[in-house]
Amino acid sequence: MAGLDVRGLSVSLYTRGGVLPALSEVSLSVQPGRTLALVGESGCGKSMTALAIMRLLPEPPARIIAGQVMLGDTDLAALPERRMLGVRGKAVSMIFQDPMSSLNPVVPVGQQIMEVLRRHENLSGRAARTRAAELLTLVGIPDAEARLAEYPHRLSGGMCQRVMIAIAIACRPAVLVADEPTTALDVTVQAQILELLKRLQAETGMALLLITHDLGVVAEMADEVAVMYAGRVVEQGPVDAIFAAPLHPYTRGLLGATPSGGTAGRHTRLADIPGSVPSLAELPAGCAFAPRCPLAHAACTAQPPLTTLAPQHLAACFAALGVPAHAA
Amino acid sequence: MLLEARGLGVHFATPRGLLRAVNGVSLEIEAGETLGLVGESGCGKSTLGRAIMRLVPIAEGELLLENQYITRLEGTALKQVRPKVQMVFQDPVSSLNPRRRVGSLVGQPLSVAGWSRRDIADRVAELLAQVSLPKDAMDRYPHEFSGGQRQRIGIARALALSPKLVICDEPVSALDVSVRAQVVNLLKDIQDRLGVGYLFISHDLSVVENVADRLMVMYLGRVVEQGRAADVLARPAHPYTHALLSAAPVANPALARSRQRVVLQGELPSPVNPPSGCTFRTRCPYAEARCAAEAPALRPVGDQHVACHFDFSEGFADATTGVSA
Repeated sequence: MAGLDVRGLSVSLYTRGGVLPALSEVSLSVQPGRTLALVGESGCGKSMTALAIMRLLPEPPARIIAGQVMLGDTDLAALPERRMLGVRGKAVSMIFQDPMSSLNPVVPVGQQIMEVLRRHENLSGRAARTRAAELLTLVGIPDAEARLAEYPHRLSGGMCQRVMIAIAIACRPAVLVADEPTTALDVTVQAQILELLKRLQAETGMALLLITHDLGVVAEMADEVAVMYAGRVVEQGPVDAIFAAPLHPYTRGLLGATPSGGTAGRHTRLADIPGSVPSLAELPAGCAFAPRCPLAHAACTAQPPLTTLAPQHLAACFAALGVPAHAA
Repeated sequence: MLLEARGLGVHFATPRGLLRAVNGVSLEIEAGETLGLVGESGCGKSTLGRAIMRLVPIAEGELLLENQYITRLEGTALKQVRPKVQMVFQDPVSSLNPRRRVGSLVGQPLSVAGWSRRDIADRVAELLAQVSLPKDAMDRYPHEFSGGQRQRIGIARALALSPKLVICDEPVSALDVSVRAQVVNLLKDIQDRLGVGYLFISHDLSVVENVADRLMVMYLGRVVEQGRAADVLARPAHPYTHALLSAAPVANPALARSRQRVVLQGELPSPVNPPSGCTFRTRCPYAEARCAAEAPALRPVGDQHVACHFDFSEGFADATTGVSA
């Protein structure tokens, strides 16, 4: 089974206001059976990365201008749409944040699962039906046979997300991209869905690219973590290193702003990051985080390179690199 | 006592039967105090907030604001009380009229209360300063602001009439992590400065842990556990609280791997047709025959009040909760 290897991916948005750099030189890799968490705040490019991998970018205005999305020996970024149709939902599939709006409200869930099986696996009606029921059982929906005929509005949010997962894993994909899969769900249901994803991964050995803004979910699920800010990966490394010894001031800020259980009582003040994420149209020159950064200095008007600073642990920050202010 | 609710009930007539959205809830909030209210969607926490605002009809029980009964106030009498209780909503986008300028949005409660135009302008400037927004924000529209700034506008509007109690209904749930911390800190600063009481409604235990003095956990319209926030979080005594804490992800990979989680099976039953006896029994790992027969009353267990037939104050069989180490 192949993992996913994204190399130097850049995506631009061609708008009336000009060309905006939505993603700049994003490189990520997820191995089979492993989970990479892609973390960051809204607008940092997490979902854009997922859509670019799936080749679901709204084109126009978005366009991949550089880089590769390697799945084994195939570069998905270069595939014509006709061939991508055979890959999407089969070798690489995706689940979305809002399960209610991702399912077709006027088609029974069973039909929606069988559609994938007929399209990619060439199963006949009856075989597809049997397999769809198996899949529903696999994702923990009791009484699967009867549930095939239900419409999405008859199911709860958690159940709909289970159906989405059943559709996504129907063809045993090598890579599953999960974009905020539990953000719309309650914590108890979130715990169920996360357990389900872990179990399915252990059984199938798929690579999981998990996009989330919730550092708690990252800690529960990830083997590796990539932190994004303003369209770039600013830090990347093993999950323990990211939490225990974050190198980028933005990662440290995110961790400080997350109440982490036990330590923070009523009278502790959360560390906040001043300001807010800059819009793509108004990115500062050099490091995009510099205007909010406590460590920013003169060198930060240049773009810091993503550099390996510890085993498998990379960061793009002059302060972390130890570059003095006058060196730029 | 700033606010007191005694056996509050809110009922909705639905095609499938009577829905008891809030069922026999009693609570107290002192000035300058924060009561955290947690529970899953559909547990009645927002309806309780609305009932305290007198925005939904109260079917049973009493509501006292500053020791005055407000349960059945109407018309002018109600209008005199309204300024004392204000609300901050979850979604700063849909709770601000996009076609009005910030000055007019924040000033609206004042003009309803009959303030003069000049007084309103002065007060709005003061309010914007209080929530750290620039003065020129007054002449701009909501879409010109980021999510965190819009929530500040909502907070300024809630504070306009110097309320005694602010109902914060998921005030930071729609915000990004770094901005969330800013708004949580702002709410705490405002409380320290003005001495307002908060009813802080949230599904996010980690946020509640950081703001609440006392904590109340609701399930299907009923309070299942309440007590001092630190006690409830450190030693939950109701199986539902225990499961909620256990389900909440912890931002600590080593702890996340080592702890045992209680993953609740199933989902929230229909509130129109709740299970007999203890409504939590269908998902409770400790349920016995007795739980189906009789509904447990809220009683003192350990340092808090718990609605459960059993005493879990010494811990649960698989006692590892994680959220509080």
